[in-house]
Amino acid sequence: MNVPETARFAWEGVTSNKPRSALTTLGILIGVAAVIILVAVGTGSSRSVQEQISSLGSNTLTVQASSTASGGRGGPAGGGFVLGGGGGLPDASTSGSDTSQTATKTRTPQVTLADARAIAASREAPDVLGVAPVVNASSVTATYQGASHSVGTTTGTTPAYLLIDNTSVQFGTTFTDTDYTEHRRVVLVGPTVAQDLIGSNPENLVGKTISLNGISFTVDGILTAKGSTGPQDQDDRVIAPLTAVQDTLSGYGALSSVSVKATTADTVTLAEGEIESILDTRHEVTSTDRDYSVSSASSILSAATSSNRTFTVLLGAVAAISLLVGGIGVMNIMLVTVTERTREIGIKKALGAGRGDIVGQFLTEAVLLSVFGGLVGVVVGLVGSQFTIVGVQPAVAPYSVGLAFGFAILIGLFFGLYPANRAASLRPIDALRYE
Amino acid sequence: MSARHPVHPVIEMREITKTYGAGDTEVRALAGVDLLVEPGDYVAIMGASGSGKSTLMNIVGCLDVGTSGRYLLDGIDVRRVSEAGLAQVRNRKIGFVFQSFNLVARTSALRNVELPLAYAGVPRAERRERAVEALTLVGLADRLGHQPSELSGGQQQRVALARAIVTGPALLLADEPTGALDSHSTAEVLALFDQLAIQGRTVVVITHERDVAEHAKRIVHMGDGQILSDERQVAVEADPPRWAKPAEVPA
Repeated sequence: MNVPETARFAWEGVTSNKPRSALTTLGILIGVAAVIILVAVGTGSSRSVQEQISSLGSNTLTVQASSTASGGRGGPAGGGFVLGGGGGLPDASTSGSDTSQTATKTRTPQVTLADARAIAASREAPDVLGVAPVVNASSVTATYQGASHSVGTTTGTTPAYLLIDNTSVQFGTTFTDTDYTEHRRVVLVGPTVAQDLIGSNPENLVGKTISLNGISFTVDGILTAKGSTGPQDQDDRVIAPLTAVQDTLSGYGALSSVSVKATTADTVTLAEGEIESILDTRHEVTSTDRDYSVSSASSILSAATSSNRTFTVLLGAVAAISLLVGGIGVMNIMLVTVTERTREIGIKKALGAGRGDIVGQFLTEAVLLSVFGGLVGVVVGLVGSQFTIVGVQPAVAPYSVGLAFGFAILIGLFFGLYPANRAASLRPIDALRYE
Repeated sequence: MSARHPVHPVIEMREITKTYGAGDTEVRALAGVDLLVEPGDYVAIMGASGSGKSTLMNIVGCLDVGTSGRYLLDGIDVRRVSEAGLAQVRNRKIGFVFQSFNLVARTSALRNVELPLAYAGVPRAERRERAVEALTLVGLADRLGHQPSELSGGQQQRVALARAIVTGPALLLADEPTGALDSHSTAEVLALFDQLAIQGRTVVVITHERDVAEHAKRIVHMGDGQILSDERQVAVEADPPRWAKPAEVPA
């Protein structure tokens, strides 16, 4: 019997019990759609993280205290600071973290303003273009004329930070070194915050006084929108002089981090080495017991990429299991079908159907079910990937579509084989007697 | 139509036995049957249930194989044919008619009749032509697209008959073909058998009804797995005995 004839019989078999066939394909449909959507979510989130990290700038380094190390020592408080080149570090007349550097033997690892100054001042760091200390204050609420907004990130830093962070001011001006040294309460506001406080014309906020946790700050400028890539809104932030933030919001503790900009993207690794050698000396540690870590955007990127890949593979694996379960559903229904149609099989055998004819028919039925489920699943998966899922805009990976669909067909073949063989091995005499 | 050349018998059985089970539970369904059916003959095999006539029918129809003995169907030694080969033998040499019609459900009459041709690999156009021809012969030219559920019992059995003869088999094998039919449909179907016998087809009908058997040219009685009697009503070349007479309606 030829192929179209077999296909026709299979089609008749599939359509003879439409609700059941539809329910069977549902299993495959859900499996295929799940593979496509979940892989798309994984790819989408990985893409957004990549965009976010690369927006930091490829030659940016971040120095942070590492919580894993325990026995670090604070460096001695350095005397007169020398300003570094480029985006240098202005001298602050008083700095709490400076004077708190009494050398206790054991203390929690921290990166201090003195560390930042040391990097900025050192002659051994020719590849460092700029250094900016960063403190982050938490739970800051901005209010202006009755409107209030809970700020995502409140950063206290130096003017050099804007250069290092690839951030610019859209309206107004940035704060100056003088603002920093004079502890002036000025602030740069992210577009999201500005919008919440004043509405659609954020430029009107420039020069106004807003209050952060009840303390008045004058708005110097509105930051240029960076967009919200992924779940984190990069525009939901305010930036103020480090000194002012320490005075009012964060207190004079350790720095959250130190942002460093290397001269070029190619010198990031060199700059990293220089920073490490400076800080190792200051903290009296070696590479084995370091109480801080230096991470570059590219190292964060590669770490994030690999963890995202794991995430995507995990999501895909879960979806693949559901596809497999769908395949078992196909086998189950095909076995029921074979039992139900034993008599039909007997008739066909009596009429001269060979083993191949019967195997062909039932195998084709199983594949038809899975192909149909797979096709609808691809459509559902592609449509479903258009929606934002838990804050992630899924990005459909073409390979996942091909993989899921191909897998669905294979599953139809694999799980159809057993029922088809069972049908074909029925003896016609037994099959005919079957009631 | 070379299959019906009187070179060799259509059925040639020598000492066919069939036993089920083994040891104490052994049941002898056939205890040495010799049967010779010439081309063009119309044979009725009669017997009560348990006489072995169904087992004989299964062996004749190549649905089952005897335990011992020799069976040549249209000159082919069936025992030497593989399972796959048997499917072909059934397809080409035998047309089956069953008591319960055994049409494929949800499939039109035409498709049912085309089925054996499809398994024989006949091209689509020719297949359709021959199926229409066979259905016309049984008087169902106007029911081609009907599904079995839309046909009466008699019509279903006529579709089955058309399906049985469409391949031009050497042997038309019917198992209680009127068992599930009313008297009117029975008469119709038996008239068709007579008609086919006149055309020279070899027909073997298995039945327990005397009225049905009397349509045949030859009546074989079975009991306890053996042939008890073998009476010839008319010669192989003659017309069936009831032909042209009004079909007798049982009370």
